[in-house]
Amino acid sequence: MPLGLCGGCGPGRIGPAACRGAGCAGNGARVNESGDIAIGTELEETAAGRILRLSGALTLPGIAALEAALGRVPADDDIRLDLAGVSAMDTAGAWAIARLEARLHAAGHGVEVIGADAPRAALMQTVARAMPVLPDDAPGRPGLADRLERLGRATVGAVRFLMELVAFLGLFLSRLVWHIRHPREFRLTALVHHCQDVGLRAVPIVSLMAFLIGVVLAFQGSAQLRQFGAEVFVVDLIAISILRELGILLTAIIVAGRTASSYTAAIGSMKMREEIDAMRTLGIDPAVALFVPRILALLLMLPVLGLIANIAGLVGGAIMSWLELGISPAMFRTRLLEGIDVKHAFVGLVKAPVFAVIIGVVGCHAGMKVEGNAESLGRMTSNAVVTAIFAVIVADALFSVFFAQVGI
Amino acid sequence: MAAREVVITLRGIRNQFGPQVVHEDLELDVYKGEVLGVVGGSGTGKSVLLRTICGLRRPQAGSIGIFGIDALAADEATRTAIDRRMGVMFQDGALFSSLTVRENVEVPLRNVPGLPAEIRRELADLKISMSGLPWLAGDKYPSELSGGMRKRAGLARALALDPEIVFLDEPTAGLDPIGATEFDRLIRQLSESLGLTVFLVTHDLDTLHATCDRIAVLAERRVLVTGTMQEMLAVDHPWVHDYFHGPRARAAIEAKERSD
Repeated sequence: MPLGLCGGCGPGRIGPAACRGAGCAGNGARVNESGDIAIGTELEETAAGRILRLSGALTLPGIAALEAALGRVPADDDIRLDLAGVSAMDTAGAWAIARLEARLHAAGHGVEVIGADAPRAALMQTVARAMPVLPDDAPGRPGLADRLERLGRATVGAVRFLMELVAFLGLFLSRLVWHIRHPREFRLTALVHHCQDVGLRAVPIVSLMAFLIGVVLAFQGSAQLRQFGAEVFVVDLIAISILRELGILLTAIIVAGRTASSYTAAIGSMKMREEIDAMRTLGIDPAVALFVPRILALLLMLPVLGLIANIAGLVGGAIMSWLELGISPAMFRTRLLEGIDVKHAFVGLVKAPVFAVIIGVVGCHAGMKVEGNAESLGRMTSNAVVTAIFAVIVADALFSVFFAQVGI
Repeated sequence: MAAREVVITLRGIRNQFGPQVVHEDLELDVYKGEVLGVVGGSGTGKSVLLRTICGLRRPQAGSIGIFGIDALAADEATRTAIDRRMGVMFQDGALFSSLTVRENVEVPLRNVPGLPAEIRRELADLKISMSGLPWLAGDKYPSELSGGMRKRAGLARALALDPEIVFLDEPTAGLDPIGATEFDRLIRQLSESLGLTVFLVTHDLDTLHATCDRIAVLAERRVLVTGTMQEMLAVDHPWVHDYFHGPRARAAIEAKERSD
């Protein structure tokens, strides 16, 4: 009594008659919608043993059906696999057969392939040899211990990162001091070049940003202060917020985005192409050649940029106060000089060198962390910007607490 | 030889970059099931030829027939169907760096309609294993692999859809001699067991000896000669003579004789 599993018309139909009744032309020689010969699997119990006849195209497009059909073949007896009716076979088909063989072997039964020509036999042999062996210890879901371990590693990583930054700062300072004894080694051209890049080229964006901040502060401040008839205090509002905080902080954030990323990209691409290693073998200290001019340029330029931002912000505030509240520029000036102590400007600008060192150290350090591929360059560049901006804001918060405590 | 089926036909190909003509009136036939090695000096446009056949570059003149279809006149759907039947391994593997090796091999398989994710994954593992990579390599990212492993992973991706033609760009460049020999063996073995047609651009004389059925020499902007290794040794063109009779060539011949 033949027992048929027809891959062409799906599971559950036992026997060729049922197949034909469902519109399936016997042992799978049916053309499916994509034009291929559909896969047929027919299982026959004979006196000589069980024979599985495969037919049709055992290829990638029909692999899901073939795999499902072969998966239903019972693994309780030896099987002779007849491939005489197979029209095409690729590695996917050979893979499905190899899976069947593996399953039967695991159950203690053998598979004998008949009717395969030489190329197909070679293909099946290659695939069977390459069948990956599943490892027993597949990684399971992470438990509490794994999570704790990950937390610990992240914490240690963060501490180590901070220590590296401090070490980098120390390296910069020691090379700076070294330059005092070796002034001839100092790379003035590089310093000027970086000053131009970091300072001069950033003036338009920084002054526009500060001008607009001044405009916004005047506009928002006037709307609130008008309710109390205290419009004239808008001058104090603008001056104190820009001089003490916003001018330098926003400048530092823009410079962090602009310069930290360019430092990381420049040094990182040199690191990637082993230029830094080449420098070391040639007896050039990368700290002297690359880091000192860059960080020093920031150190010189950020206070200047901060001052420009302060001026632009006050100009923007004055113009908006004039238009919105009718405070004339002369009145704005008088109020500014009488009401606002010059210490506010100092409190703001004294933060600039600290921000500059933070941005420079973070940018150069991230560049040195770049590995040999372009992906890590991109990752470190965006890391540098995020870290620099975050560190600048943290430093600003610490300054605020400090100045509040000492009462300036 | 005359009865063999031609799978790629190049006729009158001209490739030009500005005033510099790389190929002029280039003609070449690639037969089904053969391993064809393309050699030539630096700048003779071996890689340009490979890119031209793969459809990455349109020649200024000429016709390309692939599987009997005019590839240059074909519409987009036909071209895609041709591309599905070809696989390319680029020089450094050209793996997608943000994906693991297994995901890289799965990329072409994702275009197969109705393929369950589980089977796709296992087929990818099979291709990785067939390319001679260890089982665990599937979970690694390309940046964690050595150059030779990246090439093997690139080959696994090229083989993902069971192509009929595989293009290999400098498969052994940058590999150590042992790795290169293993790779040669892998190419030979896969081409025999999978019935692949292999179009191989190389500089490596050992690879030519060990894997290629036929060699095509690019020189003077065209395919100067094609033939077996034995036929190459008899060509008296100065460049071809120097190439196949130089000290490295002799060493390669001796190595081949020893291994036989």
